[in-house]
Amino acid sequence: MSAAPLLSAFRQSLFEAWASGAGVLLPLGFFAGTAAMVPFTLGSEAELLSRVGPGILWLALALSSMVTLERVFQADLQDGALDLWLQDTGSISLVAAIKTLTHWLVSGFPLVLLTPLIGFMLGVPTTKMIPAMIGYSMGGLIFFLWGGVAAALSASVARAGLLIALIALPLYVPALIFGVQMIDAGFNSPSFMLLSASTLFALGVAPAAMGAALRLAAE
Amino acid sequence: MLSYLANPFRFMRFSKIAIPISFAAGLLMVAWSLYNGLFVVPPDEAQGGDLMRAMFTHVPSAWLCMGLYAALAVSSFIWYIWRHELADVAARAIAPIGAGYTALCFITGSIWGQKGWGAGWHNLILGDSRLMSVLVLFFLFLGYIALRAALETRQKAARAAAILAMVGMINVPIIKVSVDMWQTTTIHQPSSVISIGAPEPREEGSGMDWVYLQQLLWGFGGHSLLAAAMIMMLMRSEVYGQQAERALALKLEGS
Repeated sequence: MSAAPLLSAFRQSLFEAWASGAGVLLPLGFFAGTAAMVPFTLGSEAELLSRVGPGILWLALALSSMVTLERVFQADLQDGALDLWLQDTGSISLVAAIKTLTHWLVSGFPLVLLTPLIGFMLGVPTTKMIPAMIGYSMGGLIFFLWGGVAAALSASVARAGLLIALIALPLYVPALIFGVQMIDAGFNSPSFMLLSASTLFALGVAPAAMGAALRLAAE
Repeated sequence: MLSYLANPFRFMRFSKIAIPISFAAGLLMVAWSLYNGLFVVPPDEAQGGDLMRAMFTHVPSAWLCMGLYAALAVSSFIWYIWRHELADVAARAIAPIGAGYTALCFITGSIWGQKGWGAGWHNLILGDSRLMSVLVLFFLFLGYIALRAALETRQKAARAAAILAMVGMINVPIIKVSVDMWQTTTIHQPSSVISIGAPEPREEGSGMDWVYLQQLLWGFGGHSLLAAAMIMMLMRSEVYGQQAERALALKLEGS
């Protein structure tokens, strides 16, 4: 099998992100907007905000990962790219993995880079920022992988946004819990190890499920 | 037994007799455990006084909803590997019943816990790790049902739903571990105040009294039989529905 479909999947999802207007900026705006709404709902008490800040950022990350999930595989199904990949290579799972990782790179990783700013806004202690950012990177990957499974399963459903959210949310729970705990507990804690383990687990299992789902969607 | 019933004709013959028997027996057993649980056994003050009587519905449904999700995943697996139609019919029938029992589990759990927590029932659901994992299980069931409903052809829906059920199943242990970890650091009281869930030995180490355990087992047996009967009813109606579609297609074709 050649690397051509993988490269094309990589290039395509990279361009796709910029194609429809400000595709990359959408999740960023949503993420920042959600987090900025928090003082309105919880009050502007500095002590409270700095305590709930990391958790709010986790929630905002989970929500904004869903904003773009609907587009990940649906476009490929509609423009026929999916059929070509299926003809070209034996391993659609690998293509799905590449697509998800690229998707994370363009619409997940920028959120991580934005977190110090919003964290600073909410008054999260600077010492917690580094573990938080590493946690958000891994958690974002988990969100996109399991969310990608949901997106692949509902690729042939029109207006699947809410369906994807309903399917993916229960699968987000472990990453959310481990992630919030590791911010306080640091790198030398079971939460961090479990978060890493869930990331690896999702990396190993989710592409297979996505591949099976995509093969089904293309029929 | 399972491979014997894998033949749809044998299943239809078997379920025709088995449904009324297991439905009636299940109803009787549930009624017996409820009667004893609500009126006969003495209230246990350590477990929340009269509120602990919710236990006789709560604990059997907690056992059952985990079991039903596993059953859903197993039938999905069987269907996905061997494409056995009846396995898919079973998976489709299990989902709503399982969702019902998960709902029953956290509703009764929160009623029972009201006194123990003394802080309104939202606190109980959101504060107890075991109820919280049941709640997540409920959403897994809901997602499964919603995905099935959203896909247009039956075959597609069955395949996608089977993948989802298997993905959900391998995630259930991780969810369980994570929710248990979350609970130890929560600001809410630990669940040892009242031990919700399995009949574990209580604080004083005396173990659950036989009077209570007996009713729990009656309830568990009864609810299992009831669930089995309801699942078989749904399966039969699904099989009949497919037969009707086939008959209609034949008729339209003119043969």
